[in-house]
Amino acid sequence: MGSFKIGGIVLSSAFKRPSTRLYPTVPRKWQDNTRGHVEIDPEQCILCGICSKKCPADALTVDKAARTWTIDRMSCVQCRSCVESCPKQCLVMKNEYTSPNVKKVIDTVNIPEKVKKEE
Amino acid sequence: MTRSHEVQEITEISYSDLLVKAKELAEGGYRAVQICATSKDGKTEMLYSFDKDFKMINYRVNVPSEMRVSSITGFFWSAFIFENEVHDLFGIEFTDLVLDYKGNFFKLSSKTPWKTEAKKEVQ
Amino acid sequence: MGKRTIVPFGPQHPALPEPIHLDLELEDEKVIRAVPSIGYVHRGLEKLVEQNDYQIMCYVMERVCGICSFGHSWGYAAAVEGLMDIEVPERAEHLRTIFHELSRIHSHLLWLGLLADAMGFESLFMHCWRLRESILDIFEKSTGGRVILSFTKIGGQFKDIPKESLAEIVIILENMRKELLVVTNVFLDDTSVKNRMCGVGKLSKEDIMKLGAIGPTARGSGVNNDARCLDLGKYKELGFKPILETDGDCYARCKVRVREIFQSIDIIIKDVENIPEGPVNIPVKGMPPMGDFIARIEQPRGEAFYYVKGNGTKYLDRARVRTPTNANIPILVKVLQGCYLNDVTMMVMTIDPCISCTER
Repeated sequence: MGSFKIGGIVLSSAFKRPSTRLYPTVPRKWQDNTRGHVEIDPEQCILCGICSKKCPADALTVDKAARTWTIDRMSCVQCRSCVESCPKQCLVMKNEYTSPNVKKVIDTVNIPEKVKKEE
Repeated sequence: MTRSHEVQEITEISYSDLLVKAKELAEGGYRAVQICATSKDGKTEMLYSFDKDFKMINYRVNVPSEMRVSSITGFFWSAFIFENEVHDLFGIEFTDLVLDYKGNFFKLSSKTPWKTEAKKEVQ
Repeated sequence: MGKRTIVPFGPQHPALPEPIHLDLELEDEKVIRAVPSIGYVHRGLEKLVEQNDYQIMCYVMERVCGICSFGHSWGYAAAVEGLMDIEVPERAEHLRTIFHELSRIHSHLLWLGLLADAMGFESLFMHCWRLRESILDIFEKSTGGRVILSFTKIGGQFKDIPKESLAEIVIILENMRKELLVVTNVFLDDTSVKNRMCGVGKLSKEDIMKLGAIGPTARGSGVNNDARCLDLGKYKELGFKPILETDGDCYARCKVRVREIFQSIDIIIKDVENIPEGPVNIPVKGMPPMGDFIARIEQPRGEAFYYVKGNGTKYLDRARVRTPTNANIPILVKVLQGCYLNDVTMMVMTIDPCISCTER
C-alpha cells in the first residue's frame, strides 16, 4: 500500500529546526559573489561613458560637461556588464541589494577634476 | 576539435511552393518547429522549420509586401500559434487560418509593432 | 445533451503560476472545447536586438525566462558563436553542461512543488521548494545570481569555477539525493497523488507526433524529442540516454520529470569527473557576418529554438527564440477536449506552462 508516504518527512520535520530564516530579525548572509549593487570609485573614473553604452537597461548616464555619473538603482538589473567593460576598473559590484523603496532611487556621483601630474 | 553544431540546412523556396512542400512534410510525419518572420525595410522574410527525428528542414520564403500568405495550418494544425503571433506582431495576413484570433492573440498597445516601414529610395 | 456553458479560466487563477487564459466550453462537467489565449505579459525582448549589440543581447536573452535563464543565454550564445564561427573552449562547454543540468534540477523541483500545490498538497510543495533552495544557493555561491546567473557570454563563460567548488557541488548533490528519494517517492507512490494523476489526460504517441509536442510531455508518451541527443553540449560524451515513459498520462509525465532529476545529478557528477583544465573563454573580435544560424537546446520544458540573423554590423537583424511552451500549447488544447473540469488544473500543470517565456 502506498498511502501516506509523506508521514516520515512530516514526523522528522517536527523535531528539526526550521529551514527558513526569521527574516527581519536574522539578517541574510551574502555570498562573496552575490551581485547586489554597483558602486563607483570617483577618483578613478575618466568619464569615458562606456558603462552607459554597455548597459542593457539604460540605467547609467554619464554627463561629461557636469562631471557626474548617475545610476537609476531601480532600473539596474545587476548584470555586471558595466563592471566588465570599465577600462579603469573603477566600478565594483557590492553584495547588498538595493533596499525596496516607494520612490525611484537615483544616485548621482560627482567626479572630481583630475589633478594633472605635471612633469 | 569538432564543431558542436548541427548541420544548417536553409533552403530558399518561392512563395508558390510553400503549400506543396508543407503537404509533403506533413505526409512524411514531420512536425512544425517554428515560424519566424523577419521584417526589414518593409520586406518580410519567413522561416519555416520542420523536424523529424532530429533532422531539421528549414524553408525561407520571401513575402512580397501587402501579400496574403496561405496558412499551413491545414497540414500542421499546431502552427496556428505561430501564424497568429506573426500576424499580430508583423501584420502579415494569412488566408485559411484554421483558428484565427483576428489580431487578438497578443494583447498589444499598438497594432503590428514589429513591422518596419519601407526605406524611401533616394533617386 | 446538456446546456453548453463557457467558463473563463485564468489569467488569474490559484492553480496557474502564470497568466494564460482558457475559454472552456462545458457540457455539464465535461470540457468540449478549449480556446487558449495569451499575450498578457508580452515584453518584446526580441525587438531589443536593434538597440543592444550582440554581446549585450546575451544579458537580455537570459531574462526571457526566470527559471531556465541559463539555458536561454546558452542557446543564444551558441547561435551567435555558430554564426561567427567561434570555437568555445572545452572547459566552458563542460561548465555549460553542468550549469544547464543544475537549472534542470531546480526547474523540475519547482514544477513538482507547483504540481503538489495545484492538487492541494501544501506540505509536499514546501518540501520540494526547500530542496530547490540548495540549488539556488549553489548558483549564488558560484555565479553571484540566484536566478539570473549572467554567467554566459559570447565565446565562453565569464569566470572559471575552481575545482574545490565543483567538488562541493557534487557533495551537495549527493546529500540531496537521499532527501530527494524520500520526497519524490511521495509523488510516485502515494495513493492520493496517484488517484489524482493516473489515467488522467492520456496522450497517444500519434497525437504527440501530429501536434509537435516536445519535452517531458512528449517523452511521457514515448516520443523522443530530446534535443540533448544533438551535438550541443557534452551530452554525447557522457553517454546520455533520454528517459521515456509509455503511458502518456499525467502520472507518466510526472515520472519522466522525477527520473530526469536523478539523471541530471548523475550527468553532473560524471561531468565533474571528466572536466578538463583550460581556459573558459576566448576573446571575441569582429562583428557577426551576414547570414543566419540556428541552435537548438533542450530546456527543462523541452526543446528551445534560437535563430539569429546577422548583417555585418554589431547589431543583429533578428534574434528569435521559440520557447518550449510555445510548441506545447496545441497539445494542451487537444488534451483538454473531453476531460472533466476538475482535471483541467492537472492538465495545464503537467505540460509545465511557462507563459512569460512563450510571449517573450
